[in-house]
Amino acid sequence: MPLIEIENLSKTYVNEGAPTPALQNLTFSIAEGEFVAIMGPSGSGKSTLLHILGFLDNPTEGLYRFEGKSMDDHPESELAHIRNKKMGFVFQSFNLLPHATVLENVKLPLLYSDVPDTRWEGMAKRAVESVGLAHRMEHEAFQLSGGEKQRVAIARALVREPQVIFADEPTGNLDSKSGKVIMEIVQRLNEKEGKTIILITHETYTAEHAHRIIRVRDGTVESDTTVKTRHHARDHFEK
Amino acid sequence: MKTTHILSTAITGLSTHKSRSALTILGIVIGITAIILVMSLGEGAQNLILSQIQGLGSKTIAIIPGREPTGPTDAAQLFSDSLKEADLVALTRKENVPTLGEIMPVVFGGETSAYQSETYRLTVFGGTELISKIFDLYPAEGIFFTEDEVRSRADVVVIGAKVKKELFGNRNALGERIRIKGKNFRVIGVLPEKGQVSFFNFDEIAIVPYTTAQQYIFGIKYFHRFIVEASSEETIARTVRDIEITLRNAHGTTDPAKDDFFVQTQADLASRLDAITNVLTTFLASIAAISLLVGGIGIMNIMLVSVTERTREIGLRKAIGATNRDILMQFLAEAVILTAIGGVVGVTLGAVFSFLISVVLTTFVGINWTFSFPVFGALLGLSVATAIGLVFGLYPARQAARKNPIDALRYE
Repeated sequence: MPLIEIENLSKTYVNEGAPTPALQNLTFSIAEGEFVAIMGPSGSGKSTLLHILGFLDNPTEGLYRFEGKSMDDHPESELAHIRNKKMGFVFQSFNLLPHATVLENVKLPLLYSDVPDTRWEGMAKRAVESVGLAHRMEHEAFQLSGGEKQRVAIARALVREPQVIFADEPTGNLDSKSGKVIMEIVQRLNEKEGKTIILITHETYTAEHAHRIIRVRDGTVESDTTVKTRHHARDHFEK
Repeated sequence: MKTTHILSTAITGLSTHKSRSALTILGIVIGITAIILVMSLGEGAQNLILSQIQGLGSKTIAIIPGREPTGPTDAAQLFSDSLKEADLVALTRKENVPTLGEIMPVVFGGETSAYQSETYRLTVFGGTELISKIFDLYPAEGIFFTEDEVRSRADVVVIGAKVKKELFGNRNALGERIRIKGKNFRVIGVLPEKGQVSFFNFDEIAIVPYTTAQQYIFGIKYFHRFIVEASSEETIARTVRDIEITLRNAHGTTDPAKDDFFVQTQADLASRLDAITNVLTTFLASIAAISLLVGGIGIMNIMLVSVTERTREIGLRKAIGATNRDILMQFLAEAVILTAIGGVVGVTLGAVFSFLISVVLTTFVGINWTFSFPVFGALLGLSVATAIGLVFGLYPARQAARKNPIDALRYE
């Protein structure tokens, strides 16, 4: 059973009466443990797709099954709960609370969970350590470099140990060296911890860290290919 | 989400913008301070008035000539001459008013007094020897006049502390003669400093036998008041009724609407003055409450700005699992915490200011003002402040909860 399954999915925005199609008739599925890059130029609808997959937006038409269940008629609070427990989000612009410490930022998803608060500290610390920022634990987020901020964001996405991580242009605001560190972490999460990764990017090089690339153009799937020669961030990093 | 987490999240949110938060609650602080101040001063004024009324015993009943004034402009009736000697005789008869303890006829008016070259404007109070008992008034020097001196229209006077000071300075006054309305009165007593009792300031008074005052000073044959003491507190109502019946018989009327006198008990007076100060306090407090409304709107305004400014934060929180309700509660908690802090600060400031005012009034103005912390006002202030947070925080909080999480994910 695929983790994510969409069938004939369409999304149309209505702006001042004129309907603008963003996605048209998309059909594909993603299995658990896959590392998928969704590629496309800006305006191609790839972000809209990610939002729908992450329950942040609703499709206008079509079907979306997560873990085999249709998500059409779930109440908002239940979707929030699934987002909290099973999904992690990493954004291009990090979206950290600038005046909160690294640890506080990472704890944030736990605030909306049913995890007892006595365990928060330990879980957050482990997540921060796993992205190599143990020495930055008590720093406020705004004091960090871009690469460090994105690592905090990854730790925040990991703290609930979700099944799937949505990464929306995670290296887009970073220099190439920091970007490689991020891709290394993402790849490790997929390979060592079996997390399903859905990565959005417009750079072919970044996309080629994944197993599979879905190219989106003008709201439709242009191609869906397996990556033959994957880039390994570790290799580049060491060179 | 646990309440403690909602609160700590809200507090963190507020402390990120400390000066803005402080400015936001200023309106609430001023409003609550004003309300507490008004209520505390109102309570103080009420205590002051009541303590003065209580200078007269609780068994005291006043019979006042004329119809009871229907309003502040209905003053003509106050100077009626309807209480005569015959009424006094009728009221004194045991079969008419069996529960009557004492009765004292009273005449009074402003006159100028003189001693050698000194003059002083004072209130002449004509009464009987009972004045001592009824007003709990005993001369600091000398004695009061006697029943015989009342009967014989003796030209004796007991003067207030301030009258003595103005006319005699530090010299001895006893046995000296002062002139009032061309007639010489021998000073037989000087009162201690007493201040205001009921509506008379006994420091600026000259007490003479009412017979003497009627004939030589005012030239009248009627009375301005009868002051009656009931035999006990339980018989006040009965005494009042008997007085009314006796006076109606004496004046040949039966219809209470045509009464040319009215009877007032101390309890009446107390409750009436109580009502007046209550109305005033409520009125002033409601004016102060308008500033709370303005403060509430200010909070709503700032919260709306804050919600817009924090769109990204809201979106992020939603993306990582916050429900609409979580967001609503967070922003509502921020508003309520703000206004509750405003309430606490306002209550404290109001109490401090009214305490300072009471100190100033007691020390520098010489009024015996008691500070009372308005517990009811404080509770009211705190609950109103919290309610304002709820009411005016709800709209911005709903706006926040309705924000689309995607907005936060759109790049700048």
